[in-house]
Amino acid sequence: MDWMKFFSALLIIAMIIFLFPRAKEMLKNSPKASSNDLLAVLIPLILVIGFVFLLMKSV
Amino acid sequence: MNRSVEFTQSQTAILETNKVLKNTYALLSLTLLFSALTAFISMQMQMPGFMPLVSTFGALGLIWFVLPRTANSAAGIGVVFGITGLLGFGLGPMLNQYLQMANGGQLIMTSLGGTGVIFLALSGYALTSRRDFSFMGGMLVVGMVLVLITMLANIFMQIPALSLALSAVIILIMSGFILYDTSRIINGGERNYIMATVGLYLSLFNIFVNLLALLGFASGDD
Repeated sequence: MDWMKFFSALLIIAMIIFLFPRAKEMLKNSPKASSNDLLAVLIPLILVIGFVFLLMKSV
Repeated sequence: MNRSVEFTQSQTAILETNKVLKNTYALLSLTLLFSALTAFISMQMQMPGFMPLVSTFGALGLIWFVLPRTANSAAGIGVVFGITGLLGFGLGPMLNQYLQMANGGQLIMTSLGGTGVIFLALSGYALTSRRDFSFMGGMLVVGMVLVLITMLANIFMQIPALSLALSAVIILIMSGFILYDTSRIINGGERNYIMATVGLYLSLFNIFVNLLALLGFASGDD
């Protein structure tokens, strides 16, 4: 029995159990996004992807 | 008379927001330094490979069971240092492993610098645009749950490409959390600088660890 795998799985299950009710509640109560809002988020995240890609190329 | 009252109330709200921001960034700076110190100690002590697991269990225990009870008191500051110290301590074995690579030092410094740039850029954007990113909360937490489920499966499937894809997705989700958390502070959704600090720290920690994994793969691929 690989104890590291077992305890890693246990840790992840604990995190899922903790986060799941929060995820349900937040999905229900979060305000709806407009297309402008989504664009305002997508552009910086695309830049983050580009920056990470640049860093990967540089090493 | 009503206008001057409204103006005073608005000024008070702005002052309160600035105070929360100032305290959050001050505590974040201190906890990052403390985390780096505990990581260094862990590296020097050559802690064994299971240490990250033990540290993470400890840190999560503090976050879930102790922090909610102490976040409104001075004891919460000690708890935050406990959380960040434990997570930093858990980094030791991983950092020692990377240092055994030929360009390990460079990878770690690049990850540190990259994490810093991502944090500064996203925080700067959230602070200057003053946009309300509260709509992201549900999506981000659901995304995190899906990532955790995939990670759970990959513990047993052991697919390297999937691990890398998960690292990339985690970096994106944590970047989203930086926008979300910073926006909550500015727009009054988060008034507790201790909780705000823990949220931002966890985002930074996860970006650093997963960026290091991606850079380690990119370096080994040459």
